[in-house]
Amino acid sequence: MIKLKTPQAGTALYGATITLLCAWVLVPIFLVALGAFGGRPAVYQWPKSLWPASLSFNQLAIFLQIDGVWNAALSSIIAASLTMLFSLALGAPAGYALARFSFRGAFVFRLMILLTRAFPLAILALPLTVLFIRAGLYDTALGVSLVHTALALPFAVMVTASLFAGIPRELEEAAWVFGCTRWQAVRKIVLPLALPGMVASAIFAFVISWNEVFAASVLTVQHRTLTAYLLTVLSESPLHYRFAGGFILIVPSIVFIFAVRRYLFALWGVTNR
Amino acid sequence: MSQTRWLPYLLIAPATLFLGAIFVVPLVQTILLSFNGGAGGVFANYQRMMGDLNFGVSLRNTFLLVVTVVPLQMALAIGMGLMLQKLTHGRELVLWIWTIPLGVSDLAAGLVWFAILQNTGYFNTLLFHLGLISGPTAWLNSETPYTLFIAVVVAEIWRSTAVVLVVIVAGLQLIPKEFGEAAEIFGASPLKKFVRVTLPMLKPSLQSALILRTVLAFEVFASAYAIGGRNIPVLVGEAYVWQRENQNYSVAAAYAVLIMIISLSATWVYLRLLRENPEAQA
Repeated sequence: MIKLKTPQAGTALYGATITLLCAWVLVPIFLVALGAFGGRPAVYQWPKSLWPASLSFNQLAIFLQIDGVWNAALSSIIAASLTMLFSLALGAPAGYALARFSFRGAFVFRLMILLTRAFPLAILALPLTVLFIRAGLYDTALGVSLVHTALALPFAVMVTASLFAGIPRELEEAAWVFGCTRWQAVRKIVLPLALPGMVASAIFAFVISWNEVFAASVLTVQHRTLTAYLLTVLSESPLHYRFAGGFILIVPSIVFIFAVRRYLFALWGVTNR
Repeated sequence: MSQTRWLPYLLIAPATLFLGAIFVVPLVQTILLSFNGGAGGVFANYQRMMGDLNFGVSLRNTFLLVVTVVPLQMALAIGMGLMLQKLTHGRELVLWIWTIPLGVSDLAAGLVWFAILQNTGYFNTLLFHLGLISGPTAWLNSETPYTLFIAVVVAEIWRSTAVVLVVIVAGLQLIPKEFGEAAEIFGASPLKKFVRVTLPMLKPSLQSALILRTVLAFEVFASAYAIGGRNIPVLVGEAYVWQRENQNYSVAAAYAVLIMIISLSATWVYLRLLRENPEAQA
Protein backbone atom coordinates (compact mmCIF):
# COMPACT_ATOMS: atom_id res chain seq x y z
CA MET A 1 0.00 0.00 0.00
CA ILE A 2 1.37 3.36 -1.03
CA LYS A 3 -0.07 6.38 0.75
CA LEU A 4 0.44 9.46 -1.35
CA LYS A 5 -1.03 11.94 1.08
CA THR A 6 -0.16 12.66 4.66
CA PRO A 7 -3.24 12.57 6.90
CA GLN A 8 -3.17 16.38 7.30
CA ALA A 9 -3.07 16.98 3.56
CA GLY A 10 -5.90 14.49 3.14
CA THR A 11 -8.04 16.26 5.75
CA ALA A 12 -7.37 19.65 4.20
CA LEU A 13 -8.29 18.38 0.73
CA TYR A 14 -11.43 16.81 2.16
CA GLY A 15 -12.46 20.04 3.90
CA ALA A 16 -11.73 22.06 0.78
CA THR A 17 -13.90 19.77 -1.37
CA ILE A 18 -16.83 20.06 1.03
CA THR A 19 -16.48 23.86 1.14
CA LEU A 20 -16.27 24.00 -2.65
CA LEU A 21 -19.44 21.93 -3.02
CA CYS A 22 -21.25 24.23 -0.55
CA ALA A 23 -20.13 27.21 -2.64
CA TRP A 24 -21.35 25.43 -5.80
CA VAL A 25 -24.86 25.43 -4.30
CA LEU A 26 -24.85 28.85 -2.62
CA VAL A 27 -22.92 31.17 -4.96
CA PRO A 28 -25.35 30.90 -7.91
CA ILE A 29 -28.25 31.85 -5.58
CA PHE A 30 -26.23 34.81 -4.30
CA LEU A 31 -25.51 35.92 -7.87
CA VAL A 32 -29.14 35.80 -8.99
CA ALA A 33 -30.03 37.79 -5.86
CA LEU A 34 -27.53 40.45 -6.98
CA GLY A 35 -29.24 40.45 -10.37
CA ALA A 36 -32.64 40.87 -8.69
CA PHE A 37 -31.60 43.68 -6.33
CA GLY A 38 -29.27 45.47 -8.73
CA GLY A 39 -31.87 46.25 -11.37
CA ARG A 40 -31.12 47.43 -14.87
CA PRO A 41 -27.70 49.10 -14.24
CA ALA A 42 -26.31 46.01 -12.52
CA VAL A 43 -27.44 43.67 -15.29
CA TYR A 44 -25.63 45.58 -18.04
CA GLN A 45 -22.61 46.55 -15.94
CA TRP A 46 -19.35 45.33 -17.48
CA PRO A 47 -17.19 43.92 -16.08
CA LYS A 48 -19.28 42.94 -13.08
CA SER A 49 -18.28 43.67 -9.52
CA LEU A 50 -19.35 41.31 -6.73
CA TRP A 51 -21.10 44.18 -4.92
CA PRO A 52 -22.90 46.49 -7.40
CA ALA A 53 -23.27 50.12 -6.34
CA SER A 54 -27.02 50.39 -6.77
CA LEU A 55 -28.25 47.47 -4.70
CA SER A 56 -31.73 48.18 -3.30
CA PHE A 57 -35.10 46.72 -2.53
CA ASN A 58 -36.65 49.24 -4.92
CA GLN A 59 -35.78 47.09 -7.91
CA LEU A 60 -37.61 44.14 -6.47
CA ALA A 61 -40.54 46.38 -5.47
CA ILE A 62 -40.76 47.71 -9.03
CA PHE A 63 -40.90 44.15 -10.33
CA LEU A 64 -43.71 43.30 -7.92
CA GLN A 65 -45.71 46.31 -9.12
CA ILE A 66 -45.77 45.08 -12.72
CA ASP A 67 -49.27 44.27 -13.76
CA GLY A 68 -49.77 40.56 -13.43
CA VAL A 69 -46.94 39.65 -11.06
CA TRP A 70 -48.99 40.11 -7.90
CA ASN A 71 -51.97 38.29 -9.33
CA ALA A 72 -49.73 35.47 -10.52
CA ALA A 73 -48.11 35.16 -7.10
CA LEU A 74 -51.57 35.11 -5.55
CA SER A 75 -52.73 32.36 -7.94
CA SER A 76 -49.62 30.37 -7.05
CA ILE A 77 -50.32 30.72 -3.34
CA ILE A 78 -53.97 29.67 -3.76
CA ALA A 79 -53.06 26.67 -5.92
CA ALA A 80 -50.28 25.64 -3.53
CA SER A 81 -52.50 25.98 -0.46
CA LEU A 82 -55.22 23.87 -2.07
CA THR A 83 -52.60 21.27 -3.05
CA MET A 84 -51.46 21.22 0.57
CA LEU A 85 -55.00 20.70 1.80
CA PHE A 86 -56.02 18.04 -0.76
CA SER A 87 -52.84 15.99 -0.50
CA LEU A 88 -53.13 15.76 3.29
CA ALA A 89 -56.88 15.15 3.31
CA LEU A 90 -56.52 12.31 0.80
CA GLY A 91 -53.08 11.09 1.86
CA ALA A 92 -53.27 10.95 5.66
CA PRO A 93 -56.16 8.40 5.86
CA ALA A 94 -54.35 6.18 3.36
CA GLY A 95 -51.14 6.56 5.35
CA TYR A 96 -52.99 5.55 8.52
CA ALA A 97 -54.42 2.48 6.79
CA LEU A 98 -50.95 1.40 5.61
CA ALA A 99 -49.46 1.93 9.08
CA ARG A 100 -52.14 0.28 11.23
CA PHE A 101 -53.81 -2.47 9.19
CA SER A 102 -52.53 -5.45 7.31
CA PHE A 103 -55.10 -5.96 4.60
CA ARG A 104 -55.30 -7.67 1.24
CA GLY A 105 -54.26 -5.20 -1.43
CA ALA A 106 -52.03 -3.15 0.85
CA PHE A 107 -49.00 -4.20 -1.19
CA VAL A 108 -50.70 -3.34 -4.49
CA PHE A 109 -51.72 0.05 -3.13
CA ARG A 110 -48.18 0.77 -1.90
CA LEU A 111 -46.78 -0.28 -5.28
CA MET A 112 -49.27 1.94 -7.12
CA ILE A 113 -48.23 4.90 -4.97
CA LEU A 114 -44.53 4.28 -5.64
CA LEU A 115 -45.10 3.73 -9.37
CA THR A 116 -46.70 7.15 -9.79
CA ARG A 117 -43.27 8.58 -9.01
CA ALA A 118 -41.82 6.68 -11.97
CA PHE A 119 -44.29 8.33 -14.32
CA PRO A 120 -44.15 11.70 -16.10
CA LEU A 121 -47.28 12.97 -14.34
CA ALA A 122 -47.15 16.60 -15.45
CA ILE A 123 -47.55 15.45 -19.06
CA LEU A 124 -51.11 14.40 -18.18
CA ALA A 125 -52.01 18.09 -18.03
CA LEU A 126 -52.20 18.00 -21.85
CA PRO A 127 -55.31 15.77 -22.16
CA LEU A 128 -56.81 17.26 -19.00
CA THR A 129 -57.20 20.57 -20.84
CA VAL A 130 -60.27 19.34 -22.73
CA LEU A 131 -61.79 17.72 -19.64
CA PHE A 132 -61.16 20.83 -17.53
CA ILE A 133 -62.73 23.17 -20.10
CA ARG A 134 -65.92 21.06 -19.96
CA ALA A 135 -65.90 20.92 -16.16
CA GLY A 136 -65.22 24.64 -15.77
CA LEU A 137 -61.86 23.94 -14.11
CA TYR A 138 -59.70 25.26 -16.94
CA ASP A 139 -57.77 28.41 -16.08
CA THR A 140 -58.52 28.18 -12.36
CA ALA A 141 -56.19 27.71 -9.41
CA LEU A 142 -58.43 24.83 -8.33
CA GLY A 143 -57.80 22.97 -11.59
CA VAL A 144 -54.04 23.47 -11.33
CA SER A 145 -54.09 22.29 -7.72
CA LEU A 146 -55.82 19.03 -8.71
CA VAL A 147 -52.90 18.08 -10.99
CA HIS A 148 -50.40 19.21 -8.37
CA THR A 149 -52.18 17.07 -5.77
CA ALA A 150 -51.52 14.04 -7.98
CA LEU A 151 -47.82 14.98 -7.81
CA ALA A 152 -47.80 15.55 -4.04
CA LEU A 153 -50.13 12.73 -2.95
CA PRO A 154 -47.57 9.88 -3.16
CA PHE A 155 -45.29 11.80 -0.80
CA ALA A 156 -48.12 12.60 1.59
CA VAL A 157 -49.15 8.91 1.77
CA MET A 158 -45.62 7.59 2.34
CA VAL A 159 -44.70 10.24 4.91
CA THR A 160 -47.88 9.94 6.95
CA ALA A 161 -47.57 6.14 6.83
CA SER A 162 -44.07 6.33 8.32
CA LEU A 163 -45.24 8.90 10.90
CA PHE A 164 -48.19 6.83 12.09
CA ALA A 165 -46.08 3.67 12.14
CA GLY A 166 -43.72 5.48 14.52
CA ILE A 167 -46.47 6.17 17.05
CA PRO A 168 -46.93 3.20 19.39
CA ARG A 169 -50.18 1.34 18.83
CA GLU A 170 -50.50 0.92 22.62
CA LEU A 171 -51.25 4.62 23.06
CA GLU A 172 -54.30 4.27 20.84
CA GLU A 173 -55.39 1.04 22.52
CA ALA A 174 -55.13 2.73 25.91
CA ALA A 175 -57.46 5.45 24.66
CA TRP A 176 -59.97 2.80 23.54
CA VAL A 177 -59.86 1.24 26.99
CA PHE A 178 -60.77 4.62 28.47
CA GLY A 179 -63.80 4.74 26.22
CA CYS A 180 -62.61 6.67 23.18
CA THR A 181 -63.95 5.64 19.80
CA ARG A 182 -61.41 4.86 17.10
CA TRP A 183 -61.83 8.33 15.57
CA GLN A 184 -61.56 10.06 18.96
CA ALA A 185 -58.34 8.16 19.69
CA VAL A 186 -56.88 9.26 16.37
CA ARG A 187 -57.95 12.86 16.88
CA LYS A 188 -56.83 13.19 20.49
CA ILE A 189 -53.75 10.95 20.60
CA VAL A 190 -52.33 10.21 17.14
CA LEU A 191 -52.84 13.49 15.28
CA PRO A 192 -51.23 15.73 17.93
CA LEU A 193 -48.18 13.44 18.00
CA ALA A 194 -47.94 13.32 14.21
CA LEU A 195 -48.58 17.03 13.77
CA PRO A 196 -45.00 18.25 13.13
CA GLY A 197 -44.44 15.61 10.48
CA MET A 198 -47.79 16.33 8.88
CA VAL A 199 -46.94 20.02 8.73
CA ALA A 200 -43.67 19.09 7.03
CA SER A 201 -45.53 16.96 4.52
CA ALA A 202 -47.97 19.83 3.87
CA ILE A 203 -45.11 22.29 3.36
CA PHE A 204 -43.49 19.91 0.93
CA ALA A 205 -46.76 19.71 -1.04
CA PHE A 206 -46.78 23.51 -1.11
CA VAL A 207 -43.24 23.59 -2.54
CA ILE A 208 -44.10 20.99 -5.20
CA SER A 209 -47.03 23.10 -6.38
CA TRP A 210 -45.19 26.43 -6.10
CA ASN A 211 -42.36 25.13 -8.30
CA GLU A 212 -44.33 23.22 -10.94
CA VAL A 213 -44.09 24.81 -14.39
CA PHE A 214 -45.47 22.57 -17.12
CA ALA A 215 -48.96 21.63 -15.93
CA ALA A 216 -49.55 25.14 -14.59
CA SER A 217 -48.57 26.68 -17.94
CA VAL A 218 -50.76 24.30 -19.93
CA LEU A 219 -53.85 24.70 -17.74
CA THR A 220 -54.00 28.49 -17.27
CA VAL A 221 -54.43 31.51 -19.55
CA GLN A 222 -55.71 34.52 -17.59
CA HIS A 223 -55.13 33.27 -14.05
CA ARG A 224 -51.56 32.15 -14.46
CA THR A 225 -49.49 30.94 -11.53
CA LEU A 226 -46.14 32.66 -10.99
CA THR A 227 -44.14 29.98 -12.82
CA ALA A 228 -46.60 29.97 -15.75
CA TYR A 229 -46.55 33.79 -15.86
CA LEU A 230 -42.74 33.93 -15.86
CA LEU A 231 -42.51 31.25 -18.55
CA THR A 232 -44.86 33.08 -20.92
CA VAL A 233 -43.37 36.56 -20.47
CA LEU A 234 -39.80 35.26 -20.42
CA SER A 235 -38.82 36.02 -24.00
CA GLU A 236 -40.11 39.61 -23.94
CA SER A 237 -39.10 40.73 -20.45
CA PRO A 238 -35.86 42.60 -19.69
CA LEU A 239 -33.08 40.65 -18.02
CA HIS A 240 -33.38 42.19 -14.53
CA TYR A 241 -37.08 41.26 -14.42
CA ARG A 242 -36.19 37.67 -15.24
CA PHE A 243 -33.66 37.57 -12.40
CA ALA A 244 -36.12 39.18 -10.00
CA GLY A 245 -38.65 36.49 -11.00
CA GLY A 246 -36.14 33.71 -10.48
CA PHE A 247 -35.16 35.10 -7.09
CA ILE A 248 -38.78 35.43 -5.91
CA LEU A 249 -39.41 31.82 -6.97
CA ILE A 250 -36.42 30.56 -4.97
CA VAL A 251 -36.81 32.42 -1.65
CA PRO A 252 -39.93 30.71 -0.22
CA SER A 253 -38.56 27.32 -1.24
CA ILE A 254 -35.31 27.81 0.65
CA VAL A 255 -37.20 28.84 3.78
CA PHE A 256 -39.55 25.88 3.47
CA ILE A 257 -36.80 23.33 2.84
CA PHE A 258 -35.09 24.65 5.95
CA ALA A 259 -38.31 24.15 7.92
CA VAL A 260 -38.77 20.55 6.78
CA ARG A 261 -35.09 19.52 6.77
CA ARG A 262 -35.62 16.95 9.53
CA TYR A 263 -38.18 15.12 7.41
CA LEU A 264 -36.27 15.07 4.12
CA PHE A 265 -35.45 11.41 4.51
CA ALA A 266 -39.02 10.39 5.19
CA LEU A 267 -39.98 12.36 2.07
CA TRP A 268 -37.40 11.11 -0.38
CA GLY A 269 -35.51 8.33 1.33
CA VAL A 270 -38.22 5.73 0.79
CA THR A 271 -36.73 3.20 -1.57
CA ASN A 272 -38.61 0.59 -3.58
CA ARG A 273 -37.89 -2.17 -1.16
CA MET B 1 -64.77 -6.95 14.14
CA SER B 2 -66.42 -6.63 10.77
CA GLN B 3 -65.92 -2.90 11.13
CA THR B 4 -62.11 -3.19 11.01
CA ARG B 5 -62.38 -5.45 7.96
CA TRP B 6 -63.58 -2.71 5.64
CA LEU B 7 -62.08 0.27 7.45
CA PRO B 8 -58.67 0.19 5.69
CA TYR B 9 -60.36 0.08 2.29
CA LEU B 10 -62.53 3.01 3.25
CA LEU B 11 -59.39 4.89 4.25
CA ILE B 12 -57.48 4.27 1.01
CA ALA B 13 -60.57 4.80 -1.18
CA PRO B 14 -60.30 8.61 -1.50
CA ALA B 15 -56.63 8.51 -2.55
CA THR B 16 -57.25 5.60 -4.93
CA LEU B 17 -60.29 7.19 -6.55
CA PHE B 18 -58.51 10.52 -6.90
CA LEU B 19 -55.42 8.99 -8.51
CA GLY B 20 -57.68 6.94 -10.75
CA ALA B 21 -59.57 10.02 -11.89
CA ILE B 22 -56.55 12.29 -12.41
CA PHE B 23 -54.21 9.56 -13.64
CA VAL B 24 -55.96 6.74 -15.46
CA VAL B 25 -58.67 8.76 -17.21
CA PRO B 26 -56.30 11.30 -18.83
CA LEU B 27 -53.87 8.49 -19.63
CA VAL B 28 -56.51 6.66 -21.66
CA GLN B 29 -57.62 9.95 -23.17
CA THR B 30 -54.10 10.85 -24.31
CA ILE B 31 -53.67 7.51 -26.02
CA LEU B 32 -57.06 7.78 -27.76
CA LEU B 33 -56.42 11.39 -28.77
CA SER B 34 -52.99 10.61 -30.20
CA PHE B 35 -54.41 7.86 -32.45
CA ASN B 36 -57.35 9.97 -33.58
CA GLY B 37 -55.86 11.12 -36.86
CA GLY B 38 -59.16 11.87 -38.65
CA ALA B 39 -58.85 11.44 -42.41
CA GLY B 40 -55.11 10.84 -42.17
CA GLY B 41 -55.48 7.44 -40.50
CA VAL B 42 -54.52 6.10 -37.10
CA PHE B 43 -50.90 7.23 -37.22
CA ALA B 44 -51.50 10.66 -38.78
CA ASN B 45 -50.58 12.54 -35.60
CA TYR B 46 -47.41 10.53 -35.16
CA GLN B 47 -46.49 11.11 -38.81
CA ARG B 48 -47.04 14.81 -38.32
CA MET B 49 -44.98 14.79 -35.15
CA MET B 50 -42.07 12.98 -36.79
CA GLY B 51 -42.28 15.10 -39.91
CA ASP B 52 -41.77 18.27 -37.87
CA LEU B 53 -38.38 19.95 -38.30
CA ASN B 54 -37.79 20.18 -34.55
CA PHE B 55 -38.71 16.56 -33.78
CA GLY B 56 -35.34 14.95 -34.49
CA VAL B 57 -33.43 17.76 -32.80
CA SER B 58 -35.58 17.73 -29.67
CA LEU B 59 -35.41 13.93 -29.40
CA ARG B 60 -31.62 14.04 -29.73
CA ASN B 61 -31.25 16.93 -27.26
CA THR B 62 -33.45 15.23 -24.66
CA PHE B 63 -31.56 11.92 -24.86
CA LEU B 64 -28.16 13.64 -24.82
CA LEU B 65 -29.19 15.64 -21.75
CA VAL B 66 -30.38 12.52 -19.92
CA VAL B 67 -27.29 10.42 -20.69
CA THR B 68 -25.00 13.32 -19.71
CA VAL B 69 -26.80 14.66 -16.64
CA VAL B 70 -27.91 11.47 -14.89
CA PRO B 71 -24.53 9.59 -14.72
CA LEU B 72 -22.66 12.77 -13.73
CA GLN B 73 -25.07 13.56 -10.92
CA MET B 74 -25.16 9.96 -9.71
CA ALA B 75 -21.36 10.01 -9.37
CA LEU B 76 -21.44 13.44 -7.74
CA ALA B 77 -24.16 12.40 -5.27
CA ILE B 78 -22.34 9.19 -4.29
CA GLY B 79 -19.19 11.22 -3.68
CA MET B 80 -21.11 13.75 -1.59
CA GLY B 81 -22.84 11.00 0.35
CA LEU B 82 -19.53 9.33 1.23
CA MET B 83 -18.05 12.66 2.32
CA LEU B 84 -21.06 13.32 4.56
CA GLN B 85 -20.57 9.94 6.21
CA LYS B 86 -17.05 10.84 7.29
CA LEU B 87 -18.06 14.27 8.52
CA THR B 88 -18.14 14.60 12.30
CA HIS B 89 -18.76 18.33 12.80
CA GLY B 90 -21.33 20.38 10.95
CA ARG B 91 -22.91 17.43 9.18
CA GLU B 92 -26.40 18.93 9.63
CA LEU B 93 -25.37 22.27 8.14
CA VAL B 94 -23.59 20.77 5.13
CA LEU B 95 -26.51 18.45 4.45
CA TRP B 96 -28.94 21.36 4.61
CA ILE B 97 -26.87 23.46 2.19
CA TRP B 98 -26.48 20.56 -0.23
CA THR B 99 -30.21 19.88 -0.23
CA ILE B 100 -31.33 23.50 -0.81
CA PRO B 101 -31.76 22.85 -4.57
CA LEU B 102 -34.57 20.36 -3.65
CA GLY B 103 -36.78 23.44 -3.33
CA VAL B 104 -35.61 25.18 -6.50
CA SER B 105 -37.84 24.83 -9.56
CA ASP B 106 -36.38 24.01 -12.96
CA LEU B 107 -37.47 27.43 -14.20
CA ALA B 108 -35.69 29.23 -11.36
CA ALA B 109 -32.56 27.09 -11.89
CA GLY B 110 -32.55 28.04 -15.56
CA LEU B 111 -32.86 31.72 -14.66
CA VAL B 112 -30.06 31.45 -12.09
CA TRP B 113 -27.62 30.00 -14.58
CA PHE B 114 -28.80 32.40 -17.28
CA ALA B 115 -27.84 35.25 -14.92
CA ILE B 116 -24.36 33.77 -14.54
CA LEU B 117 -23.71 32.78 -18.15
CA GLN B 118 -25.33 35.62 -20.14
CA ASN B 119 -23.19 37.95 -22.25
CA THR B 120 -22.40 40.46 -19.48
CA GLY B 121 -22.75 37.87 -16.72
CA TYR B 122 -20.49 36.77 -13.87
CA PHE B 123 -18.88 33.89 -15.74
CA ASN B 124 -17.67 36.22 -18.49
CA THR B 125 -16.45 38.70 -15.87
CA LEU B 126 -14.36 35.91 -14.36
CA LEU B 127 -12.94 34.96 -17.77
CA PHE B 128 -12.25 38.64 -18.44
CA HIS B 129 -10.27 39.06 -15.21
CA LEU B 130 -8.34 35.90 -16.01
CA GLY B 131 -7.45 37.47 -19.34
CA LEU B 132 -9.19 34.79 -21.39
CA ILE B 133 -11.69 37.04 -23.18
CA SER B 134 -11.54 40.71 -24.08
CA GLY B 135 -15.21 41.66 -23.69
CA PRO B 136 -18.78 40.33 -23.35
CA THR B 137 -19.04 37.03 -25.19
CA ALA B 138 -22.16 35.08 -26.17
CA TRP B 139 -22.35 31.42 -25.14
CA LEU B 140 -26.08 30.78 -25.24
CA ASN B 141 -27.35 31.36 -28.79
CA SER B 142 -27.95 29.16 -31.81
CA GLU B 143 -24.38 29.73 -33.08
CA THR B 144 -22.88 28.22 -29.93
CA PRO B 145 -24.84 24.94 -29.60
CA TYR B 146 -22.13 23.18 -27.59
CA THR B 147 -21.76 25.78 -24.84
CA LEU B 148 -25.55 26.18 -24.76
CA PHE B 149 -25.90 22.42 -24.19
CA ILE B 150 -23.23 22.47 -21.47
CA ALA B 151 -25.04 25.38 -19.76
CA VAL B 152 -28.28 23.36 -19.55
CA VAL B 153 -26.33 20.33 -18.25
CA VAL B 154 -24.74 22.49 -15.53
CA ALA B 155 -28.10 23.98 -14.52
CA GLU B 156 -29.75 20.53 -14.37
CA ILE B 157 -26.91 19.04 -12.31
CA TRP B 158 -26.96 22.04 -9.98
CA ARG B 159 -30.69 21.74 -9.42
CA SER B 160 -31.45 18.04 -9.34
CA THR B 161 -28.47 16.32 -7.70
CA ALA B 162 -29.97 16.99 -4.25
CA VAL B 163 -32.76 14.44 -4.80
CA VAL B 164 -30.23 11.73 -5.65
CA LEU B 165 -28.14 12.76 -2.65
CA VAL B 166 -31.02 12.34 -0.20
CA VAL B 167 -31.90 8.88 -1.55
CA ILE B 168 -28.25 7.81 -1.40
CA VAL B 169 -27.62 9.21 2.10
CA ALA B 170 -30.72 7.32 3.29
CA GLY B 171 -29.32 4.16 1.66
CA LEU B 172 -25.85 4.62 3.17
CA GLN B 173 -27.36 4.89 6.64
CA LEU B 174 -28.89 1.43 6.21
CA ILE B 175 -25.52 -0.26 5.62
CA PRO B 176 -24.30 -1.77 8.93
CA LYS B 177 -20.95 -0.32 10.01
CA GLU B 178 -19.64 -3.83 10.74
CA PHE B 179 -19.50 -4.66 7.04
CA GLY B 180 -16.99 -1.91 6.29
CA GLU B 181 -15.02 -2.67 9.45
CA ALA B 182 -14.78 -6.34 8.51
CA ALA B 183 -13.50 -5.41 5.06
CA GLU B 184 -10.85 -3.19 6.68
CA ILE B 185 -9.74 -5.94 9.07
CA PHE B 186 -9.22 -8.24 6.10
CA GLY B 187 -7.01 -5.58 4.53
CA ALA B 188 -9.31 -4.19 1.85
CA SER B 189 -8.22 -0.85 0.40
CA PRO B 190 -10.74 2.02 0.56
CA LEU B 191 -11.43 1.56 -3.17
CA LYS B 192 -11.96 -2.18 -2.82
CA LYS B 193 -14.19 -1.62 0.20
CA PHE B 194 -16.27 0.82 -1.84
CA VAL B 195 -16.60 -1.46 -4.87
CA ARG B 196 -17.14 -4.73 -2.98
CA VAL B 197 -19.15 -3.60 0.08
CA THR B 198 -20.68 -0.14 -0.29
CA LEU B 199 -21.83 -0.26 -3.91
CA PRO B 200 -23.57 -3.68 -3.74
CA MET B 201 -25.29 -2.73 -0.47
CA LEU B 202 -26.39 0.54 -2.01
CA LYS B 203 -27.96 -1.10 -5.06
CA PRO B 204 -31.65 -0.68 -4.07
CA SER B 205 -31.11 3.03 -3.38
CA LEU B 206 -29.18 3.47 -6.62
CA GLN B 207 -32.03 1.81 -8.47
CA SER B 208 -34.61 4.13 -6.89
CA ALA B 209 -32.53 7.21 -7.55
CA LEU B 210 -31.86 6.21 -11.16
CA ILE B 211 -35.53 5.58 -11.92
CA LEU B 212 -36.66 8.77 -10.20
CA ARG B 213 -34.08 10.97 -11.86
CA THR B 214 -34.21 9.46 -15.34
CA VAL B 215 -37.99 9.85 -15.55
CA LEU B 216 -37.73 13.45 -14.37
CA ALA B 217 -34.77 14.14 -16.67
CA PHE B 218 -36.83 13.15 -19.72
CA GLU B 219 -39.25 15.88 -18.66
CA VAL B 220 -36.54 18.56 -18.92
CA PHE B 221 -38.14 21.72 -20.25
CA ALA B 222 -38.19 24.96 -18.25
CA SER B 223 -34.46 25.12 -17.48
CA ALA B 224 -33.57 24.63 -21.15
CA TYR B 225 -36.14 27.24 -22.15
CA ALA B 226 -34.96 29.80 -19.58
CA ILE B 227 -31.35 29.43 -20.73
CA GLY B 228 -31.63 28.96 -24.47
CA GLY B 229 -35.18 29.87 -25.46
CA ARG B 230 -36.17 27.94 -28.58
CA ASN B 231 -32.52 27.41 -29.51
CA ILE B 232 -32.35 24.10 -27.63
CA PRO B 233 -35.64 22.31 -28.32
CA VAL B 234 -36.57 19.35 -26.07
CA LEU B 235 -39.48 16.86 -26.25
CA VAL B 236 -41.66 18.36 -23.49
CA GLY B 237 -41.03 21.83 -24.90
CA GLU B 238 -42.28 20.69 -28.31
CA ALA B 239 -45.38 19.17 -26.71
CA TYR B 240 -46.00 22.54 -25.05
CA VAL B 241 -45.60 24.42 -28.36
CA TRP B 242 -48.03 22.08 -30.20
CA GLN B 243 -50.56 22.45 -27.40
CA ARG B 244 -50.36 26.19 -26.74
CA GLU B 245 -49.10 27.86 -29.89
CA ASN B 246 -50.34 25.52 -32.61
CA GLN B 247 -53.47 24.58 -30.62
CA ASN B 248 -53.10 21.05 -31.96
CA TYR B 249 -53.97 18.81 -29.00
CA SER B 250 -53.63 15.59 -31.02
CA VAL B 251 -49.98 16.08 -31.97
CA ALA B 252 -49.27 17.24 -28.40
CA ALA B 253 -50.88 13.97 -27.24
CA ALA B 254 -48.60 12.03 -29.59
CA TYR B 255 -45.62 13.72 -27.91
CA ALA B 256 -47.06 12.86 -24.49
CA VAL B 257 -47.41 9.18 -25.44
CA LEU B 258 -43.85 9.15 -26.79
CA ILE B 259 -42.49 10.66 -23.56
CA MET B 260 -44.44 8.17 -21.44
CA ILE B 261 -43.18 5.22 -23.52
CA ILE B 262 -39.58 6.43 -23.18
CA SER B 263 -39.94 6.92 -19.39
CA LEU B 264 -41.56 3.52 -18.81
CA SER B 265 -38.93 1.80 -20.99
CA ALA B 266 -36.18 3.46 -18.96
CA THR B 267 -37.78 2.26 -15.72
CA TRP B 268 -38.11 -1.26 -17.11
CA VAL B 269 -34.46 -1.32 -18.23
CA TYR B 270 -33.28 -0.24 -14.76
CA LEU B 271 -35.46 -2.83 -13.03
CA ARG B 272 -34.00 -5.56 -15.27
CA LEU B 273 -30.37 -4.41 -15.13
CA LEU B 274 -30.25 -3.84 -11.37
CA ARG B 275 -32.30 -6.87 -10.40
CA GLU B 276 -31.25 -8.53 -7.17
CA ASN B 277 -29.21 -11.48 -8.35
CA PRO B 278 -27.48 -13.20 -5.44
CA GLU B 279 -25.80 -15.89 -7.56
CA ALA B 280 -23.92 -13.35 -9.68
CA GLN B 281 -22.10 -12.00 -6.64
CA ALA B 282 -19.96 -15.03 -5.90
